[in-house]
Amino acid sequence: MSVLVYTENWEGRFKKLSFELVSYAAAAAKMMNTSVTALSVGKVDQEELMKLGSYGAQKILNADGNIPEVMDNQYFTQVIAEAAVREGASLIVLANNNTGKALAPRLSVRLKAGIGSGVSRLPLSITPFTVYKKAYSGNAFAHVIIKSDIRIITLAQNSFDLAEVAGSAVIEQFAVNADSSSVKTKVREVKKQSGKMLLTDAEIVVSGGRGMKSPDNWGPLVELADALGAATACSRPVSDEGWRPHEEHTGQTGKIIAPNLYLAVGISGATQHLAGISSSKFIAAINTDKDAPIFEAAQYGIVGDALKILPQLVTAVKEIKK
Amino acid sequence: MKILVCISNVPDTTTRIKIAEGNASIDTTGIQWVINPWDELSLTRALELKDDKATGVSTVTVAHVGLPSSEPTIRKALAIGADDAIRVNAESSDAYFVAAQLAEVAAKEGFDMILCGIESSDFNGSAVGGMLSEFLGIPSVSGVSSITFEAGIPVLTREIDGGREAVTVPAPFVAVVQKGIAKEPRIAAMRGIMLARTKPIKVYEPVPVEALTRVESFEKPAPRPACIFVDPANPAQLIDLLKNEAKVI
Ligand SMILES: Cc1cc2nc3c(=O)[nH]c(=O)nc-3n(C[C@H](O)[C@H](O)[C@H](O)COP(=O)(O)OP(=O)(O)OC[C@H]3O[C@@H](n4cnc5c(N)ncnc54)[C@H](O)[C@@H]3O)c2cc1C
Ligand SMILES: Nc1ncnc2c1ncn2[C@@H]1O[C@H](COP(=O)(O)O)[C@@H](O)[C@H]1O
Repeated sequence: MSVLVYTENWEGRFKKLSFELVSYAAAAAKMMNTSVTALSVGKVDQEELMKLGSYGAQKILNADGNIPEVMDNQYFTQVIAEAAVREGASLIVLANNNTGKALAPRLSVRLKAGIGSGVSRLPLSITPFTVYKKAYSGNAFAHVIIKSDIRIITLAQNSFDLAEVAGSAVIEQFAVNADSSSVKTKVREVKKQSGKMLLTDAEIVVSGGRGMKSPDNWGPLVELADALGAATACSRPVSDEGWRPHEEHTGQTGKIIAPNLYLAVGISGATQHLAGISSSKFIAAINTDKDAPIFEAAQYGIVGDALKILPQLVTAVKEIKK
Repeated sequence: MKILVCISNVPDTTTRIKIAEGNASIDTTGIQWVINPWDELSLTRALELKDDKATGVSTVTVAHVGLPSSEPTIRKALAIGADDAIRVNAESSDAYFVAAQLAEVAAKEGFDMILCGIESSDFNGSAVGGMLSEFLGIPSVSGVSSITFEAGIPVLTREIDGGREAVTVPAPFVAVVQKGIAKEPRIAAMRGIMLARTKPIKVYEPVPVEALTRVESFEKPAPRPACIFVDPANPAQLIDLLKNEAKVI
């Protein structure tokens, strides 16, 4: 028995998310009286791999031979399934991101393992195996019993604190049987946006809504985000109007994020918008309407004109960052 | 080319979710049931592709696993323009069960492209599409934000971290769709509503499959503390609170 955690890498590097996954897996393994194996697929150097050990992975399976460049769901599913069988995994942990959402369901069928997706806490109990997950886009939480012998969890980003440990890990080479020449996904074209912080990775997000009035008013909002080291986001009508790029749209039909701070500027707080941001640790809002629903979700608020207030916030942030 | 669009039936997205006595389920009184937003957009895109003769799309079928009570949702999909529908007559108890049922009917009927949404807005499972592809042993592409045809071949654009990439996979395949797939959901016209009444809904009985998960109970999110209002004449105080009280900046 063991807990297997799939730690994806980005051009050979891990992210905070990777360490959240390992920290979670280690805490769950403790509840289950077992150990943690991390699986890394693709080229990652020794030093980077060893970082997984600092968050509680006892063993690191390093599958770096002959791995296809393209993300092919069938291939990666097979690799993780092989590792799970080899390790006798009774729990597999992945991120609830693009990759995790693509692979966890396939893995579920292959291993006949029930899924708890978008989990934000440690299992509520081990027997029966019960997880705590979001339902109805954050309007409720469900306690879900996973009945199968193998269980899969996809962990919500920024929902579990990092926990460093003293121990160190052993790295084992893992030669996969999956045949990389059979990969069916063919890439035609890649469009990367360079340099921009990923909205899903950002710890602070400054977001604008229709209350910003015009695309020409975004200057101080972007300036505030830069001063805070934050990413920028927006409500759906703002991206629909083309005021801001589609990647920034948060909510039910946009990105679902959980930063430490979400600052909503000129956003009314419709349920569909809240569905994408309600897991944020803190929400602050600026709105001219004191009855705007965003203030029911926010811990801090200013009733006032965003266009007047934003420049003053920029000054205040620059002051404290001095 | 035959397209299958899998649709789930969910409470309207503005619903204030209430939990029923005993916490085992949600209180469904007064709830308006709708086609899951993603599935409505998938259906729209499938119909757009069919309208374009160059694609060679011949039919758009919708499939749903659910009890007769969800037929209005299926009829709505037919009114929007789907050619026909399949319903597997069973409660959609968990994603594994639902995907197994969909796989069974998809294998029987044969489709070239199967569309599923990235998540149902009720259970937020993000699971059925990927599971279905694995049951069928066919490729899947997830996070798909656009489907176009180039020389008769579907090209799928998927979101990757920090960008997007256009990929192809051989048919049959499952595309799990997200934002961007269609701009606005297509709306049923009067003629469509009339036509929908005569379009066929094929009903299959479920195959025996054991669900792997079970919802034990629901709870409401912990109430957020009341909002602390900062004097608009002194916005700097907000920055002070965020730094020294919330400790997030
Ligand atoms: C199926 C479905 C899915 C949806 N998905 C999403 C989604 O994913 N994300 C999303 O955001 N929406 C989504 N919506 C739309 C949602 O219902 C709202 O219409 C939308 O969120 C409103 O955007 P907004 O707050 O920017 O604009 P508005 O609702 O117009 O609010 C503007 C706010 O700005 C305030 N304001 C005006 N002037 C100022 C000023 N000078 N300074 C400060 N404040 C000011 C106003 O008081 C108001 O509260 C969805 C809708 C549907 C039906
Ligand atoms: N009961 C169902 N019947 C048909 N399709 C479904 C059903 N439930 C979910 N789906 C499909 O699977 C997608 C993802 O749902 P889920 O895995 O439940 O989040 C939905 O967008 C639908 O395309």
